Amino acid sequence: MRTLDTSGYSCPEPVIMTKKALKESPEGIAVIVDNRASKENVTRYASALGYSVEAAEGSGCWTLRISR
Amino acid sequence: MGIRDKGKLCITGAIIGAAAVVLTLLGNPGNMGFCIACFIRDTAGALHLHTAPIVEYARPEIIGIILGAFAISAVRGDFRPRGGSSPVLRFIIGFIVMIGALVFLGCPLRMVLRLGGGDLNALVGLLGFIAGIGIGCIFLNNGFSLGKAGRQSGLEGAAFPSSAVLLFVLFLAFPSLFLFSESGPGSMHAPVAAALGAGLAVGVAAERTRLCMAGGIRDIFLVRDFTLISGFAAIFAASLIGNIAAGSFRIGFADQPISHPMHLWNFLGMLAVGLGSVMLGGCPLRQLILAAEGSSDSAMAVLGMMAGAAAAHNFSLASSAGTGPGINGKIAVVAGIIILLAAAAGVTYRERRKA
Repeated sequence: MRTLDTSGYSCPEPVIMTKKALKESPEGIAVIVDNRASKENVTRYASALGYSVEAAEGSGCWTLRISR
Repeated sequence: MGIRDKGKLCITGAIIGAAAVVLTLLGNPGNMGFCIACFIRDTAGALHLHTAPIVEYARPEIIGIILGAFAISAVRGDFRPRGGSSPVLRFIIGFIVMIGALVFLGCPLRMVLRLGGGDLNALVGLLGFIAGIGIGCIFLNNGFSLGKAGRQSGLEGAAFPSSAVLLFVLFLAFPSLFLFSESGPGSMHAPVAAALGAGLAVGVAAERTRLCMAGGIRDIFLVRDFTLISGFAAIFAASLIGNIAAGSFRIGFADQPISHPMHLWNFLGMLAVGLGSVMLGGCPLRQLILAAEGSSDSAMAVLGMMAGAAAAHNFSLASSAGTGPGINGKIAVVAGIIILLAAAAGVTYRERRKA
């Protein structure tokens, strides 16, 4: 699964990056986010598209596994 | 999750709309329970950064918003010192956003409160705001980015909220250091405790929900997401109901509190605010909240707004209530929009070449 690292970027950029990455890899991606706002926005965006999202917390960041 | 978020945003919006009406009844100027732009401007005046005698007061609402957001982010683990994403560009964008807001006479939050009071000039402002956000979204969709922020020290993150504490202590202990208006909007204010308390509540609620006036419209354009806009709608609904209940609702363009009916300049002023807010990643309220959460970049935007407010009054760029902007203000808004467009185009072009 392709991994997209959005650390350091603030919203809405992680959502736009996720949108582009999902267009290229519609089967799913892993997205690393480093703030709660981005975590919730990316999760909400992917869920609205019908993906399931699993979040795993790391040190100061989350990895969101977005899959069908 | 979406419905829960919307619920929280609606409650936050209702708190802000209701608190704004109460602050107005307690002494704040008409339709100005909260106005981030006006209150930063008044604070700049109190600090002698400009000397427009009618807009000088260290607004406790601003200090409360910063401290409320700082405290709740520290408690909930969202206080993350970070910075280094084009700080000088952010300062300049903040500067232009403030000029646009002071030509319209209000930040996006006050625009919604003005709408709730029946001021139709704010509807013209809203159209400009939507246009500015739409232009910003075109740049975002084409790769606009102010760049990555990096982690910063705790001291760097705490510097901005600590400055707000220092300002408030000095305001209480040595008021003679500050300038205070004796007439005009700066002289009209709710008691300090009520203003601070309302600010604290708004700071906490806006931090938890990430309420943003620009973000709601932006998310509709970008990803067809209607979550953030619910906060915007709730503020409007609460202030509308509050104004009707308080007997202060008057619909029309003429003789609205601290406003002017120059449609073109209301439109262009808020266009600058909308475009600049999208470039910064949030409206002036959201910049205050992010700065309180440890973002040096948003702190730079707030400092830019403060400098912009000082310039707006030192160089006669701000509109006068009733009559609108003079020639300086008109030139400044147009120049500001051109600078924003040039900066957004330049950054987008660079990012596309990198990609």
